[in-house]
Amino acid sequence: MTAHRHLLDIADLGGRAGIDEVMRLTDSFVEVSERPIPRVPALRGKTLAWLFYEDSTRTRLSFETAAKRLSADTMNFSVSSSSVKKGESLRDTAKTIEAMGIDAIVVRHASAGAPHRIARWVDASVVNAGDGWHEHPTQALLDCYTIRQHRGDLAGQRIAIVGDIKHSRVARSDVWAFTAMGAEVVLVAPPTLLPPSLDGWPVKVSHRIDEVLPTVDVVYLLRMQRERMTEALVPSLREYTATFGLTNQRVELLRDDAMVMHPGPMNRGVEIAAEVADLPRSVILDQVRNGVAVRMAVLYLLLGAGTDRVPEVPPPTPEPLAPTLELPRA
Amino acid sequence: MAERERRQAPPYGGVFAPRTRVMDSDDVQRAVWRMAHEIIEANQGIDDVVLVGLQTGGLPIADALASALASIGGHEVLVGSIDVAFYRDDIGLRPVLPEAVTHIPWPLDGRTVVLCDDVLFTGRTIRAALNALSDYGRPRAVQLAVMIDRGHRELPIRPDFVGKNLPTRRDEVVDVHSDGVDLGEMIR
Repeated sequence: MTAHRHLLDIADLGGRAGIDEVMRLTDSFVEVSERPIPRVPALRGKTLAWLFYEDSTRTRLSFETAAKRLSADTMNFSVSSSSVKKGESLRDTAKTIEAMGIDAIVVRHASAGAPHRIARWVDASVVNAGDGWHEHPTQALLDCYTIRQHRGDLAGQRIAIVGDIKHSRVARSDVWAFTAMGAEVVLVAPPTLLPPSLDGWPVKVSHRIDEVLPTVDVVYLLRMQRERMTEALVPSLREYTATFGLTNQRVELLRDDAMVMHPGPMNRGVEIAAEVADLPRSVILDQVRNGVAVRMAVLYLLLGAGTDRVPEVPPPTPEPLAPTLELPRA
Repeated sequence: MAERERRQAPPYGGVFAPRTRVMDSDDVQRAVWRMAHEIIEANQGIDDVVLVGLQTGGLPIADALASALASIGGHEVLVGSIDVAFYRDDIGLRPVLPEAVTHIPWPLDGRTVVLCDDVLFTGRTIRAALNALSDYGRPRAVQLAVMIDRGHRELPIRPDFVGKNLPTRRDEVVDVHSDGVDLGEMIR
């Protein structure tokens, strides 16, 4: 087992073996979450800090619950009520938090690469909880776990990721995680919502959702991120819904066993029809539920297991012999 | 092997080299039958007794005891499994990952839990298991059944049912497997 120190992107886990390790560990934490007392003392005495420069409900609550169930202490840092308002730099903020004796920092930031910078500045473990358009690794891990839970394995699954790929860190992490696990990924979006270049992405691309839906095992919908759209990329949300939304008519095109996933928060009526989100085939709440266990696994992997700081207890040194007394000769 | 020894074995380290056969499979089977009788005697029956094997070495012991108890006592006993990785006191000192998922799908309140393990060494795994059990409920009593008690306790813990007391050196390793019990060393 490799010792991890940070989780900044999916590549940090080193491909299928590392992701499988997280999945296996998550099984144990799912069991912990089902107990009458869903709490283990695994990270007792560790302190985690949340450094969230962007709004978040589910990711932050999910990390918070995960930390509590591992008996770790947590420190909240919300940008709106902190010294960042007074002009403190990211580096100074991170160093200040670290100086309080923090074992791990969970970072969400609007700029890609911010967690990587912090990881270079501090000794604590850093977990990326979403950086700009770059990556959101714990979301991809919980998506993998949810698909594995329903299908047994990701290998051979055909997964369509539909929507605003360009602005989506979830899509980027998912592409790397799904393909590392042996799944086949199709990106479905209008050209304006795809990244400028897909060189090196192990994916297929389609602009016609109606042709893709009958062929896939999983359809993964992304939220239209209006807050990141600085230009008119789609004529209107209504037109997007008409051409790419998973409407009540379109959901009929799916195979009977195909699953619908969404990272949340959903815009019901835009990328997903209000009723579709509540169909039995939609596993959106399973994703949220598994999120806690997956984040427990990640925190445990970084802070609990695999730290080889004291590899062996040295054998006890023998007591020095008492100096022999010189007995006076008779 | 005791948990401490198992983590010196692959994938973490050396290879176990057996030196002496301490018990053969018949000896183990006889010990299981005797321990089953002792469990029935100590609890005046097996009505409220459940067995919980420690992952992973304790599971075969728990299963063997369960089938012996079923044929002596006349009815099946519940068998669960527990992994104590998250309760260990050496988290952060060395790699500690769960071997398997804990499986105790019934309430423990009011029942007598017999923890089953293959080798009792320092007692630290049992300490962790006791803490873990208390998160599942409040058993009426917890008892401990081990195939080998090899001494060198570091905590005030003693077994209730013992297959064999085996005096050992601290650096020796005891391996309980399907053909019996071997005493040997870990070669790095």
